[in-house]
Amino acid sequence: MSKISLLTKKDNRWFERGIEFVIKAVASLSILLIFLIFLFVFRESLTLFVPKSNSEIATIKYNAPKVYNPESGILNEKEVSKKPSPLQESVWDTFFKSVWQPVGEHPKFGVLPLLVGTLKVTLIALVIGAPLGILAAICTSFFISARLRNIIKPAIELLASMPSVVIGFFCLIIIASLTKSVFGLDLRLNALVGGIGLAIAIIPIIFTITDDALQTVPKSLREASLALGATEWQTAFKVMLPAAAPGVFSAVLLGFGRAFGETMIALMATGNAALISLNPAGSIRTLAATIGAEMGEVIWGSDHYGILFLLGSILFLISFGINIVLEFYVKTRLLQKIQGKIG
Amino acid sequence: MKIVVLLLVVSCLLITCSQPNQRRVTLKGSDTMVMLVQLWTEYYPERKEVQFQVTGGGSGVGIAALLNATTDICSASRPIKKMEIARLNELYGSSGVEVRVATDGIAVYVNKSNPISKMTIEQVRKVFIGEYKNWEDLGGPDERIILYSRENSSGTYEFFKDKVLKKKDFAANAQNLVGTSALISAVSKDPFGIGFSSAAFAEGISTVALAKDDSSNYYLPTEETIGNATYPVSRFLYFYMREDPKGDIKKFIDWILTPEGQAIVHKAGYFPVKILKK
Repeated sequence: MSKISLLTKKDNRWFERGIEFVIKAVASLSILLIFLIFLFVFRESLTLFVPKSNSEIATIKYNAPKVYNPESGILNEKEVSKKPSPLQESVWDTFFKSVWQPVGEHPKFGVLPLLVGTLKVTLIALVIGAPLGILAAICTSFFISARLRNIIKPAIELLASMPSVVIGFFCLIIIASLTKSVFGLDLRLNALVGGIGLAIAIIPIIFTITDDALQTVPKSLREASLALGATEWQTAFKVMLPAAAPGVFSAVLLGFGRAFGETMIALMATGNAALISLNPAGSIRTLAATIGAEMGEVIWGSDHYGILFLLGSILFLISFGINIVLEFYVKTRLLQKIQGKIG
Repeated sequence: MKIVVLLLVVSCLLITCSQPNQRRVTLKGSDTMVMLVQLWTEYYPERKEVQFQVTGGGSGVGIAALLNATTDICSASRPIKKMEIARLNELYGSSGVEVRVATDGIAVYVNKSNPISKMTIEQVRKVFIGEYKNWEDLGGPDERIILYSRENSSGTYEFFKDKVLKKKDFAANAQNLVGTSALISAVSKDPFGIGFSSAAFAEGISTVALAKDDSSNYYLPTEETIGNATYPVSRFLYFYMREDPKGDIKKFIDWILTPEGQAIVHKAGYFPVKILKK
């Protein structure tokens, strides 16, 4: 009685409210961060949307840098002024074309091959990674002894802490040669190799979350199913898996997000050739890898710089969009259908 | 106990921060040149008095840092661009100062098992723009040519595109790899691959001798052929500064251009620059 009265005392409530506020603030901080990051990334690409005032840089002539020469002890000023650059073509002329050649006299910023490549490699990663991760979770949850489970589960989770550059390196050296000799491919580095690498990266994520979801399904469901004469197999796939479906979908979703935005593995293992094709053995170039590879040397403030930030925005919007669609459609409609079967 | 550790850490930080006598020179820029610049700072005779801060990030990042005045010297594997010169003029009223610090030969190489040992520049061009698709076109085996290129952000890529491909685009199916070593390892594992990068000699690849045209001689990239410009594909590596070098920076650059400083260039796999005499 006394404890309850302590909690409901006025000054304690203030304290509690304070803590509540802090927790809420921390929670909304992540939303704010996402918003600010998006704002920043998009702001950097804004220069692309402003019509070009070609006059400024193109017409003013500047001297070339002076060349330092220690032997003679003086600095020679080069008198030659550079030719004014020709009228620049608009970025949007090439934006929806299929050539990505951002460096050169006539830069071409075709985004389509990057989009196709990203989606292709993500799809391959999910096709390989999702079944493996989900099946592994079912296996460790229902089909093996607790002792074996205590070995396998930490081992798979350890894979999650594997740095992506290590996975990328592994793909570059081992998996590329392996797939080449097994499938007799022309190219060592291709979407398949990248997809396998991304699958390695997303399996532990999918596994862990699926496993957690399966653990939270009430034991009574499983016991009831077994008591009614269903086999372990039927129980796992027809009772437990549908019951855990929301968790499994979140798992696949997170795996998708990771694969979609993964930079290092894609950069190292996919060959980075911007091609549009559906052939899984062809080289591809992903959005994230493009940003990762080109940001270092790009001229700051140039069209290319703006485009790279625009790619970042596109990357963000697509994965945001897919998350939203799945969150609202799949988690409400689709799951009701699946779970309706057991209800 | 924790407080003691914390105090120790803080005092260490304070000590390292509060050395006003230590003079600092920051060098930022090309990833290709990080190794080279580090070697220079390690062998610099007055390294005890001056503290060097060497970071990579890329030529573009280096020039951006030069514009923001966050670096003293910018290393670049490509010449500064018109747009960047314009920014320099806007901000500092000068076009900056350029120092050529080393020469780099771009080698074209194939897998060790490949019988091709020499090519003309025109042949290399046709291979990389995708006109020649089969090794048969060059007198080799009837196999598809697999193209390996550097990432388009690298100075090497741009140089190759300008000087060898004559500004034509690379074939779209050329695979872009990050870094010279990734390229060498890819070609060494691919019997029908061809790649290019800074002149490097490694296991599993054989460097192709190049000729300007049909009537010229074929040369391998060596110090001699790059030095006397008979090897057709070589470029400079640069330092850029906002203004005329003074004090420690001038001393350092002057030392780099001495024979002693230029001898270190070899250690990083590059070639000395010929100092222009006036």
